[in-house]
Amino acid sequence: MNKQELTNLVSEILSQMNGTQPQVKASEYKTVVYNEDRPDPAGAVDDVSKIDLRKLYLVEDPADEKAFRRLKERTPARLGSGRAGPRYKTLTMLRFRADHAAAQDAVFSELPEDFGQQNGLVSVKTECKDKDEYLTRPDKGRRFDSENAAKIKSAITGTPRVQLVIGDGLSSAAIAANAMDCAAAIRDGLKVRGIELGQGIFVKYCRVGAGDAVGDITGCELVCVLVGERPGLVTDKSMSAYITYKPHTGVSESARTVVSNIHAQGTPAVEAGAYVAELIDTILKRKVSGVGLHTEEAQ
Amino acid sequence: MDKLLSIGLDVGTTTTQLILSELTVENKGNAFSVPEMVIGDRNILYQSPVIFTPLLSDELVDGEAIARWVGEQYTAAGITKEQVDTGAVIITGETSRKENAQEVLHHLAGFAGDFVVATAGPDLESTLSAKGAGAVDYSEKTGKTVLHMDIGGGTSNLSFIENGRITATGCLNVGGRLVKFSETGEVTYISPVLEGLCGLSLGEIPTPAKLSAITEILTQALEMAADLRPATALLDKLTTKENMGFWQPKKAEVISFSGGVADCIESTHPPFAFGDLGVTLGAAIRQSKLCGGQYRLGEHTIRATVLGAGSHSTQLSGSTVFFDGVQLPKQNLPVAMLTEPITAEKVRSAYAGQDTDTVVLSFAGEPAPTYARVQALASTIVSGSGNREIFVCVETDMAKALGNAIRLLSPQTPCLCIDRVRMQPESYLDIGLPVGPALPVVVKTLVLATKKSP
Repeated sequence: MNKQELTNLVSEILSQMNGTQPQVKASEYKTVVYNEDRPDPAGAVDDVSKIDLRKLYLVEDPADEKAFRRLKERTPARLGSGRAGPRYKTLTMLRFRADHAAAQDAVFSELPEDFGQQNGLVSVKTECKDKDEYLTRPDKGRRFDSENAAKIKSAITGTPRVQLVIGDGLSSAAIAANAMDCAAAIRDGLKVRGIELGQGIFVKYCRVGAGDAVGDITGCELVCVLVGERPGLVTDKSMSAYITYKPHTGVSESARTVVSNIHAQGTPAVEAGAYVAELIDTILKRKVSGVGLHTEEAQ
Repeated sequence: MDKLLSIGLDVGTTTTQLILSELTVENKGNAFSVPEMVIGDRNILYQSPVIFTPLLSDELVDGEAIARWVGEQYTAAGITKEQVDTGAVIITGETSRKENAQEVLHHLAGFAGDFVVATAGPDLESTLSAKGAGAVDYSEKTGKTVLHMDIGGGTSNLSFIENGRITATGCLNVGGRLVKFSETGEVTYISPVLEGLCGLSLGEIPTPAKLSAITEILTQALEMAADLRPATALLDKLTTKENMGFWQPKKAEVISFSGGVADCIESTHPPFAFGDLGVTLGAAIRQSKLCGGQYRLGEHTIRATVLGAGSHSTQLSGSTVFFDGVQLPKQNLPVAMLTEPITAEKVRSAYAGQDTDTVVLSFAGEPAPTYARVQALASTIVSGSGNREIFVCVETDMAKALGNAIRLLSPQTPCLCIDRVRMQPESYLDIGLPVGPALPVVVKTLVLATKKSP
């Protein structure tokens, strides 16, 4: 549905309203606009997920529409949706369900088989045998079987200071969109500071804790895990960087430093990478990550 | 939380004022994201009395007297020059046309503090007065379009504000002190800008009718600027010549006033209370179409510009920036605005257009570039800049990555990359010492129309 159609729709509803009855009767409300020009006029419905939520304002008879729209420009939140009696309007409900479905899809989607190879990464996978197991057994998403552990061991020569791990996590879309640009920026940012980043690792069915297992195997001083965040209703492409000093299985969660919200509308991947590189340098110098880094700062 | 002590000093046509304010820097980002430093609170600590700008003659400002007075004000406020972190001295209106304006300006900036910047220029005056008067905040809060007029002694600075953003600035030779009177009402001074517009001569005591004829003309020019009256040659004649372009008349939902004359719009004074046109002009504005619709006096009127200089001239860069090998602070860096796409040729000509080797390359940047794009841009900049120091300012969040990429291509060159700063044409950049991960910067103009001594 485009803006014009939406305007028509709202004015149509308004024209149907009785002056003394401000609420729209559910029976009178139509969100589905059939487009006669389509090859399949019977079934085609406009894609509700294409509407820019920041521009969608459905309140009827608003006191100050201009001001509300201006506020809406700044947030992806579902504000100004109006209502049909005590409920959402049909359009709002459809869009909510569409976004929810997209978020679920993002969790279940997978990166191409050759993602690691294409990007010069060593590809391994955790103990999970498929997505279902990945979702139901977080513990397995943190461990490698002996075959995969050996693969890491043979690919990583020596004891790296900084080990980069890229893991699909809960959103493959986030990794596809951001990981390699972010990794390149981290690599150059570290190089500027005299730190060489060695061979990177790609982990399928990866939880953040998989970085701890990489620490056990490689003996690295610091691990940085780029992982897809659980998709929300706003974006399915948000990535986080988890940095752990002296990573090992069983390390406390409070020992992790995280930079979240890495995506095109949040912190751009390249700039986040440059920041993460600086953070890694600081952590190596201070020999502490996570909460310890902040309490030390406060002192 | 960092605090910056900021000074504002406005040397205007009629009056000189000083304020001290405390800017609080806070991190808007949460613990799990990239930091985002912003100036949160702007707290006024001290306001000086408003004094008449000391002049040595009609053509010379008394810089020494102003410097002495600034010293006295520092003592009164209980601070020393060393405590001042930032701020701006602005020389405005007719005073900026004095022969020694430039010299006095730089002397005062140096006297007031190490990172106090010297600024001048009608567009900057407009911007600072609109911010200082609260007109920008008002537009931001209400979403209304606002035409702000800062009506001072020699000039009226105009700003058109939409949704809290200044979209146009301009300046007219309309002010309260274009004509001055003695205590007995004789004309003692007529500004050259009124040539051919008023029938007054020195020494005469004008009739009230003659007086209101002049203020009527001045008010009409303001009405034309606000698109409340068809523009005639008068508007062009009264437009200051220092501006980049002619003011395009614009109708706003709200007209907002500041400056000394704004104080005469709603309150009544005897006609020659200040020995000038101010009172009559204020009354004429009150009766005009300017006050026929929605209008408001600024939260600050006569102090608007000085508040703008003290509290709004300093801004913070983005919080992920790059600098290495560059001595800070830096002052008066000329800015070259480059249009996309950025080419090595454009970078080369940006340097060629300046007398110095230090130029800030400014461009919009890309919202979420790939790293390959960042590297390509870095290589373009490095090849275009030869072996000169590299200063880059982009609007989008990409400076730190760009700085790293430049550093790897050119390991020895001093380099600074900042982002989230929007430049204006013909501007200069001052960069202060880091505040947390960000850098305080002042984007300023230095447009002086100093008359050369014969």
